[in-house]
Amino acid sequence: MRPSWRMRTACGRRAGDTLFDSRLALGNFPSTFEIKRVGSNSVEAFEKLKLLSRATLAFIFKEGVIVAADSRASMGGYISSQSVKKIIEINPYMLGTMAGGAADCQFWHRNLGIKCRLHELANKRRISVTGASKLLSNILYSYRGMGLSVGTMIAGWDEKGPGLYYVDSEGGRLKGTRFSVGSGSPYAYGVLDNGYRFDMTVEEAAELARRAIYHATFRDGASGGVASVYYVGPDGWKKMSGDDVGELHYKYYPVVPTPIEQEMVDAPAA
Amino acid sequence: MARYDRAITVFSPDGHLFQVEYALEAVRKGNAAVGVRGTDVIVLGVEKKSTPKLQDSRSVRKIVSLDTHIALACAGLKADARVLINRARIECQSHRLTVEDPVTVEYITRYIAGLQQKYTQSGGVRPFGLSALIIGFDPYSGAPALYQTDPSGTFSAWKANATGRNSNSMREFLEKNYKETSGQETVKLAIRALLEVVESGGKNIEIAVMTKEQGLRQLEESEIDAIVAEIEAEKAAAEAAKKAPSKDS
Repeated sequence: MRPSWRMRTACGRRAGDTLFDSRLALGNFPSTFEIKRVGSNSVEAFEKLKLLSRATLAFIFKEGVIVAADSRASMGGYISSQSVKKIIEINPYMLGTMAGGAADCQFWHRNLGIKCRLHELANKRRISVTGASKLLSNILYSYRGMGLSVGTMIAGWDEKGPGLYYVDSEGGRLKGTRFSVGSGSPYAYGVLDNGYRFDMTVEEAAELARRAIYHATFRDGASGGVASVYYVGPDGWKKMSGDDVGELHYKYYPVVPTPIEQEMVDAPAA
Repeated sequence: MARYDRAITVFSPDGHLFQVEYALEAVRKGNAAVGVRGTDVIVLGVEKKSTPKLQDSRSVRKIVSLDTHIALACAGLKADARVLINRARIECQSHRLTVEDPVTVEYITRYIAGLQQKYTQSGGVRPFGLSALIIGFDPYSGAPALYQTDPSGTFSAWKANATGRNSNSMREFLEKNYKETSGQETVKLAIRALLEVVESGGKNIEIAVMTKEQGLRQLEESEIDAIVAEIEAEKAAAEAAKKAPSKDS
């Protein structure tokens, strides 16, 4: 039976790839790639994840992490909002992306922010991205099968450098260097995988992310709105840009005046 | 006064928790334990009461490891210690599982102290009758650390400390003679402190040394005997040096 994992997201799943840490995939989370559909609630959650519009992506490069997302929310064929904040600021050095149920993502990210702050206060040091993503994934695992729909990426900078994890409501958690989640993700992956280099400058990386989101919104009807790009560096995250994808379209593909082959002229008055 | 020590959840009129104070008495009767923090090692030493001939001395390890980088020695009720150590070991692994990082010494000390405090504020239970000396290296910064907890649930960090029988004299000795040391010097300082209150000889002392690279290592009886011999020699030399000038004058 095809693992439902494949149907839901287009996360890195090819073995031997740089996209994920294979130790995590095989050792700690053997179930991630053999998930069978458990319970009807999670089936609906899967469907929700598939249908709800998202084009979010994140990748690690030499200077840090880039996180980008669109801003459209849709209910079936109806676009309910073009200005949804899909990149959630957990704390000044960690970001989370929203995919799946908006309420679930927003609530649990805020909850994660609280837990991270409490960890800081108790231990007098910031929590690592590893720790924060593990806290979230353990919480989501305990609600497994109850209908939560969350497909989020936790990106941040900690003592070990840049960190990027994908966490979902099945309780799965993957460490990786490039992720894209949502209905627009196949298109985003195409552009992202093609243009990715580890040693890019921050501007180049931001431009790559912007283009990837734009292309996802171009082809996927359920993604659109504003392409937001964030950069997470050693000093924390910074919003790089937020461009309307309609305007981006004309920036990438400006209207070229077509040469006129034949022009109609007025017939001379007889 | 006698009315206020049955259920420990009550304070006495003058603000004492008698059960906690009685637990501290139990600690004072336990065998001596000392911990010394050096720049690159931390040393724990405990007094070993003479083992009966038929007892397998290896089964009564008084210095135990909680994780690869954390160790603990205690003075007081050994059975209580076993319970606390088991809970601490589970917490060390649980922490590794939930945040994918080893515990810091401060974290696990806080956990053990929190556990000890819980038992001073519950009905029908008595406090743990032991003070623990917890040593380890911080997994991030690599700094050595030594902490002490007591039955009331308080904890603090120390450069060197002693607990158990005659801990006051050991602490006085340490206060007079402590200086930043490393390696073998730290071990010698710990043994010298223990020798203040314990009959000399490797049979009566158990020493363990923790380094960042190799973790916890229990010293063999022969090694301890060798160091004790060195210390005695140094003492004798110091005595002779003291006497020599007076002879001249």
